[in-house]
Amino acid sequence: MSVRAMRWVALAALGLAQAWSPSLSAQEIGDKLVVVTSFPKDLTNVFKEAFEKKYPGMTVEMLKKKTTAGVKYIQETASNNTSDIFWASAPDAFEVLKGDGLLAKYEVKATGIPDKVGVFPINDPDGYYKGFAASGYGFMWNTRYLKAKKLPEPAEWEDLAKPVYFGHVGMSAPSRSGTTHLTVETVLQGLGWEDGWALWKRIGGNLKTVTERSFGVPSGVNSGDFGIGIVIDFFGFSSKASGYPVEFRYPSTTTLVPANIAIVANAPHPEAAAAFIEFVLSPEGQRLLLDPKIRRLPVRPEIYAEAPDLPNPFEGDIGASVAFDVKKSKARYNLVNSLFDVMITYRLDDLQAATKALQDAEAALAAKPNEEAAKLVARGWELVAALPIDEAKSLDPEFAGVFKKKRKKATDKVTGRQAEVEQEWDDFVRANYAEAKALAEQALAMVR
Amino acid sequence: MIFAGRGQWGAFGTGGFVLLVLLVFLVIPVGKVIYVAFQQPDTGAFTLVNFLDFFNTSLFRESFYNSLYVAAMSVVVASLIAIPLAYFTTRFRFGAAALLQTLGVIPLIMPPFVGAVAMQMIFGANGSINLLLDEYFGFTIPFMEGLNGVILVQAIHYFPFILINLSASLANIDRSVEESAQNLGSYGFRLFRRIVFPLAMPGYVAGAALVFLKVFDDLGTPLLLNVNNMLAPQAYLRISSIGITDPMGYVISVILVAFSLFSLWLSYFVTRGRDYASLEKGGGGLGKRDLGTWGRLGAWLVILIILLIVLTPHIGLLLLSFGTIWSFSVLPDAYTLAHYREVFSTAMPYITNTLIYAGLAALFDVILATAIAYLVWRTGIPGRQILDYLGTAAVAVPGVVLGIGYLRVFHDFQVPFVDKPLASWWVIIVVALMIRRLPYALRACTAALQQVSIALEEAALNLGAGRFRTVHRIVVPLMAGGIMAGFVTSFATAAVELSATIMLVSAESDAPVAYGIYVYMQTAAGRGPGAALGVLAVLLVGIATYLSHRFVERSREVEEADRRLAVAQGA
Repeated sequence: MSVRAMRWVALAALGLAQAWSPSLSAQEIGDKLVVVTSFPKDLTNVFKEAFEKKYPGMTVEMLKKKTTAGVKYIQETASNNTSDIFWASAPDAFEVLKGDGLLAKYEVKATGIPDKVGVFPINDPDGYYKGFAASGYGFMWNTRYLKAKKLPEPAEWEDLAKPVYFGHVGMSAPSRSGTTHLTVETVLQGLGWEDGWALWKRIGGNLKTVTERSFGVPSGVNSGDFGIGIVIDFFGFSSKASGYPVEFRYPSTTTLVPANIAIVANAPHPEAAAAFIEFVLSPEGQRLLLDPKIRRLPVRPEIYAEAPDLPNPFEGDIGASVAFDVKKSKARYNLVNSLFDVMITYRLDDLQAATKALQDAEAALAAKPNEEAAKLVARGWELVAALPIDEAKSLDPEFAGVFKKKRKKATDKVTGRQAEVEQEWDDFVRANYAEAKALAEQALAMVR
Repeated sequence: MIFAGRGQWGAFGTGGFVLLVLLVFLVIPVGKVIYVAFQQPDTGAFTLVNFLDFFNTSLFRESFYNSLYVAAMSVVVASLIAIPLAYFTTRFRFGAAALLQTLGVIPLIMPPFVGAVAMQMIFGANGSINLLLDEYFGFTIPFMEGLNGVILVQAIHYFPFILINLSASLANIDRSVEESAQNLGSYGFRLFRRIVFPLAMPGYVAGAALVFLKVFDDLGTPLLLNVNNMLAPQAYLRISSIGITDPMGYVISVILVAFSLFSLWLSYFVTRGRDYASLEKGGGGLGKRDLGTWGRLGAWLVILIILLIVLTPHIGLLLLSFGTIWSFSVLPDAYTLAHYREVFSTAMPYITNTLIYAGLAALFDVILATAIAYLVWRTGIPGRQILDYLGTAAVAVPGVVLGIGYLRVFHDFQVPFVDKPLASWWVIIVVALMIRRLPYALRACTAALQQVSIALEEAALNLGAGRFRTVHRIVVPLMAGGIMAGFVTSFATAAVELSATIMLVSAESDAPVAYGIYVYMQTAAGRGPGAALGVLAVLLVGIATYLSHRFVERSREVEEADRRLAVAQGA
C-alpha cells in the first residue's frame, strides 16, 4: 500500500474539482491502461487502436484471460493491484468481484443510454459495472450438416426437443458460461420452474455434448461436429462473417445479455480507466461495435439507424417477453448451476439412453396406437422431467446457502454440504432415468 | 556445479537446496490453495468430512474407476505403439534413426485447443475418416467417443514417454550381455524377451509410470472429448467455476496427488532390489545390425504405419493451417498462405518467448532431476526419498491450482531491481513450467542412473577423484542419454503448456505460444492462424529435438573416444 491508494484518493479529489472533459490529452490522463478482458482480439484490438489514436501517447495493455481466470487473477493480485479495468460478458463475474469489494464505483458522464435493453437492466443498480453492449441468445446451425442429415431448420426452443434432433445439438453448461446460465434461467422464469426444467431435459436428451467452454459450441458447429448449437448471437454472426457455412436465428423468446465493463478498485491509472469507459459508451465507441467481426448490439438506440440489418432490441426486433427477475436469479444462481450439472451434464449418457428409448417407443406408438403403452411412455417422460426440489426450495435462502460457501460472518451457519445434496439428487435422477428407460422398453415391447 | 563439497556435506547441501526449491515453488503455493479440502465448510475448522463425502458420492467413485481404467489401458495401448518403434530404431541400423526418434516425439506436442479441433476434424463423428467410411461403406466408427476414445487419444498423445525412455535404456545396455546370450544360443524374439527387454526395464517402467500418472491426472483429453466422469475433469470443472468455492474440487486434487504418489511407490516396489546396471561400458550400447532386404522392408512398413497413425492429428493441424474453410467435409474447401502471413506479422514474439521459457525450464528440470536421482540412489541422507516423491507429485497438481497458488504467494513479493511483483515477472512462468515438467525429467534421469553401475563410481572414488569430479566425469556422461530424454520430454511439453501460464501472463509481450493460440482460438476467424501458430510450435520443438538427438549422438561418440583413450593410457 499505500502510495497508490493515496494517489488515488488525491486524484479522485482532483477529479471532483476539475470537470471531466473529453478533450483531455494523454498527458493529463496518464500514458498507460491495463485492461483484463475475456473478449477476443477482434474486439479488443479495434477499441485499443481507436483509444490510443484518440489519446496520443497512451498505451493500452489488453490482458486476455478466460473469464474465470480473469476473476481469479484480479482476486489474487488485489493486494498489489496492477489492473485498471475488467471487461467481460458475464454479469456474474462482475457480481463476484463486486461482492469481494474489488470494483470501484463509477458514475458515467455520458448521457443518452436507456436504463433497460428489452427487460434487462443495462447497468449494475449499485453503480459498479456498466453494460456497454447487448447480445441475444439463439441457435446457429451448420447448413451442410443439416442438408447431409436431412434435418429441418429449428425456429423455436421447443423445436430442439423434437426427436428428429436427437444427437445433433450442442450447448455449454450454465456453470461453465455465465451467458448460458442466463439462457437457462430465462427459460425457467418464462415457462415456470417445472415446465422450464422439463424443456431443458428434453433438449438435454437430444444433446450430443455439453461443451466445457462457451466457444466450444460455435466451434463444434463450425467444424460440423454437431449440427445445431445454442449460442450467443455474435458467435453466429462472426462465424458466418468468417465464411463458415452456418446460419443464426433468434427464437421468438430470447434473452438479452449485457456485456459489461468496470474499474478495478485501487486502479493504478484511474483517470485513463474512466476515460476508457466514457470512450466505450460514447457514440464513437458504440459505433465500433458494428464492425462485422464484432457485431454486438449497441446500448445507444441512435446507433441502430446506421445499421439497418442489425436487430434493434429497443424497438422490439428481439422478442424478450419474459420479465426477468434479477433477484430470483441471484438467489438461486449456484443452485441452478449445480442442478443442471447433476441432471444433465454429468448424467448425459443416462439421459440420452432414456430419451432415445422414449422417442423410439413414441414413434412405434404413432404407427400402431396402444393406450396402455402410451400411458407407460407418458409416465416415462414424467420421470425424466421429475425434479428433486421444487421452486420454493430453490429460493429458500437457507438451502441455497449450501451452494454458497463464502460465509459472511463466522457465526453464519450452513447446514449440509454441497456434496451431500448433490449425491442425493444424483441418486434420484439416475433411478428415474433408468426407470423411464425400462418403461419405454416395456411400451415398445407391447406395440411390437 | 551442484555437488560442491566432499563427502556427505555436499549431498546435504544439495539436498537442502532442492528441498527449498520444492517447498517454496510447489508445496507452499499448492498448500495455500488446497487447504480448503481439509476445512469444515460451515465453520472453517479442520476436518476430513470432505473426504468422506468424496467416497460417499457415486459420481466420484465412478470417476475414480474410470480414471484408473483409462490410465491402465492407455499404458497398454501406448506400449503397443512405442515398443516396436523403440526396438527397431535402436536395435537395427536405420538410415534415419534420429529423424524417426524425432517424429516419435512430435505427438507429445499437441498445441492447446487447435490440436483438439484438428483431432475432431480427422477422427470425430463427422471427421474426415468417418465421412469417407460413411460414403463408401455406410458405417462410422466412434473413435472419439466415451472412455475408449479417451484411451485412444491418450495413447497416441503420450506414447512418446515410453518411446523416449525405453530408447534411452536400450541404447544403454551393454553389448557384451547380448553377445553372451547369443553365444549361448538365444536369438530373435527370445533374445528380446529374455535378455534385452528385461535389461531395459528401468526405461520402460519410467515411461509407463509417466504415461499412467499423466493419463490419470490429465485434463485436456477428457475435456476435448467432453467426458466429464473422470477425476481430473471433475476437479477442474469444480475449481474453475465462477464464484464457487466448492471444496470438492480441491479434495479431488488431494486425492489425485495421493494416488499418484501411491502408484509411484508401487513402481519403486517393482524395480526395487533388482540390478539393471551394466558394469562394462566398453561396447557402447546395444549392437546395431543390418537387416536383410525383406526384414528391412517389413520394419519400415511397421514404422511407417505406426507413424502415420500417431501423426494423423498433426496432419490435420497442417491442413487446418493451410485451409480456408473446413466444415463437415473430408478436406478443406481451398488452401491459402494467409494464416501464416498473419502469424509471421504479429505472433513472432510468442515464439521467442516460448523457446526461452521452455528451454530454461527444461534445463533447470534436468539439473534438479539429476541431483534428486543421485541423492536418492547414491547417498544415504535421511529422508532423501521425499525429494523424489515431491518432485513427482507435481504431475498431479492441476495447472490452475499452481497458477492461483503463485499469484497468492508471490504477488506481494517485489523483485529487487525489476520493481515488479514476482508473480507478474516473466521468470515466474519459467518456474511454473519447471515445476510442472519436473516429473518427466525426474523419471528419465532416475531410469538412467539405475543403469549405471555403482562400481564405476567406486572405482573413480578409489582412484582419488572427489565426489564432484566423479559425478561430473563419470556419472553424468554415462547418464547422458537419460538426461537428454528428460530434457526433450520436459521441453516439448512445456512449450505448449497453457493452464498455469494463462493465470500468470501479466503482459502480452511476455506471453508464450500457447497463450497466443488461446487468443486466436477464441474467435471463428482465428482457427487458421491458431493452427499456423500451432504448426510453428511443433516445427520448432521438432527441430530442437532433432538437434539435441544429433548432439547426444555426436557427444556420445566423443566421450567414447575419450574413454577409450583414457583406458589405453591407463593400460
